[in-house]
Amino acid sequence: MLWKEWLVMSSVYTDKVLDYFRNPRNMGKMENPNGVGKVGNAVCGDVMFIYVKIEGNVITDCTFETFGCVAAIATSSALTEMAKGRTLDDALTISNKDVADKLDGLPPLKMHCSLLAEEGLKSAVEDYHKNNSQTK
Amino acid sequence: MIYLDYNATTPIDKLVLEKMTPYLKDFYSNPSSVYRFAQESKRAIENARSYVADLISADPEEVIFTSGGTEADNFAIKGRAFFYQDKGNHIITSKIEHHAVLKSCEFLKKIGFEITYLDVDKYGIIDLNQLEESIRNDTVLVSIMYANNEVGSIQPIKNISKICNKNGIIFHTDAVQALGKIDISVKDLNVDLLSISSHKIYGPKGVGALYVKKGVKLIPLHHGGGQERNMRAGTENVPGIVGFGEACRISKEELKEQEKKIRLLRDKLEEGIKQKIPDIKVNGHHDKRLYNTLNICFKYIEGESILINLDFEGICTSSGSACTSGSLEPSHVLLSMGIPHELSHGSLRFSLGKFNTMRDIDRVLEVLPLIIEKLRKISPFWQKKYG
Repeated sequence: MLWKEWLVMSSVYTDKVLDYFRNPRNMGKMENPNGVGKVGNAVCGDVMFIYVKIEGNVITDCTFETFGCVAAIATSSALTEMAKGRTLDDALTISNKDVADKLDGLPPLKMHCSLLAEEGLKSAVEDYHKNNSQTK
Repeated sequence: MIYLDYNATTPIDKLVLEKMTPYLKDFYSNPSSVYRFAQESKRAIENARSYVADLISADPEEVIFTSGGTEADNFAIKGRAFFYQDKGNHIITSKIEHHAVLKSCEFLKKIGFEITYLDVDKYGIIDLNQLEESIRNDTVLVSIMYANNEVGSIQPIKNISKICNKNGIIFHTDAVQALGKIDISVKDLNVDLLSISSHKIYGPKGVGALYVKKGVKLIPLHHGGGQERNMRAGTENVPGIVGFGEACRISKEELKEQEKKIRLLRDKLEEGIKQKIPDIKVNGHHDKRLYNTLNICFKYIEGESILINLDFEGICTSSGSACTSGSLEPSHVLLSMGIPHELSHGSLRFSLGKFNTMRDIDRVLEVLPLIIEKLRKISPFWQKKYG
């Protein structure tokens, strides 16, 4: 391992990450969501539930519940903020890197948390489509 | 700040620092030099050696100074393995050892040794029958820690040493966490090798020792000058050794009084948490556990999240969650005790020391329930149960 890589590996959280962790936005279970994304695994230590409310083609509300570390809670909260107000197609373009960037970056070992957030939203939208096709 | 991470390291005792200062400033001579100025450094090392020996009831000549607990563990295990390579290559250790022992064994495995890892029960204690059954003709070393750093479980060291003795096998114990908390007598325990460290007993970092019973042979890890009777080359860390000696002297004096004071605080913390917070699990044995250690799993939430929240309140603790171990696996100690992954992720360790006060405990009992509640409100598992 390179010295530089090693230093980065042992890096700590940015102020943004800690802020989202301490003051999570859009936290909690949603009443009557249109879609729910459940991703992660308790054995691995990270589970996210992402709830979406969709009107027309737009995500009007998005909340989360997370079991996990500081990064897991911060990324899921940041993701909900990013998803709100976007059209479905647009929301699906949110990548894990976008989420990490919004938090001024994540330690390398925690990048999987941002991936989980991305997958959580995709899974919630998928759930919405599934529910929608059933009702039609 | 409220420091509750004494198993990680301890603040230096003021008296220790005072004792060290002249050896950082004035007595800079190399103890191996022959002029009179160097004699003071030499004398100081031997003085410290007798204090270290005294704390564990050893003879001073049985104490070899090292750079710390990790080096002492490496020295005991590799030094023993290399010495006896042609007699046998089987080593027995446990699943809950410190990484200094586990990784030394892993290294030896790579170069042809065979390692047996003993299981532990739900309290983190080994089974003596399994130890006896694991002994083979080619077993050259048994290495079992005295007290565990994460949960504080205390092993039946005297019984282990009896079994090893009966079978003519050298027994090493990593006593880094036990030192200064348990009254250790190597004579009484009849162990062959014992690792200790200075910075866990209010001494400086970067110094420790390996007790090597008279007659026990090791191959040195460091080659170079003839320091430490040719067993550990390298110019001695004189101020460090002096500090370690002083820390041992004070520790012997305060042993009983510290136990009484710290046990009271730990028990108060444990009782308080049990009363105020539902859905928790205290890890380790009720009695066969270090009196300063409290390891708790908080269900439905993750340890690092608790730790960082406590940090915001100025409270220092540690956790056995994957996130804090720098890997994706939670603590090997908790998993070996049969605690499921999801619960292990939610573990938090409080380890107390002599500078803690009842006020510290009260403060933790004030903020911790709020932190746990806040995190559980975010958790999908908690909602499922109570929502």
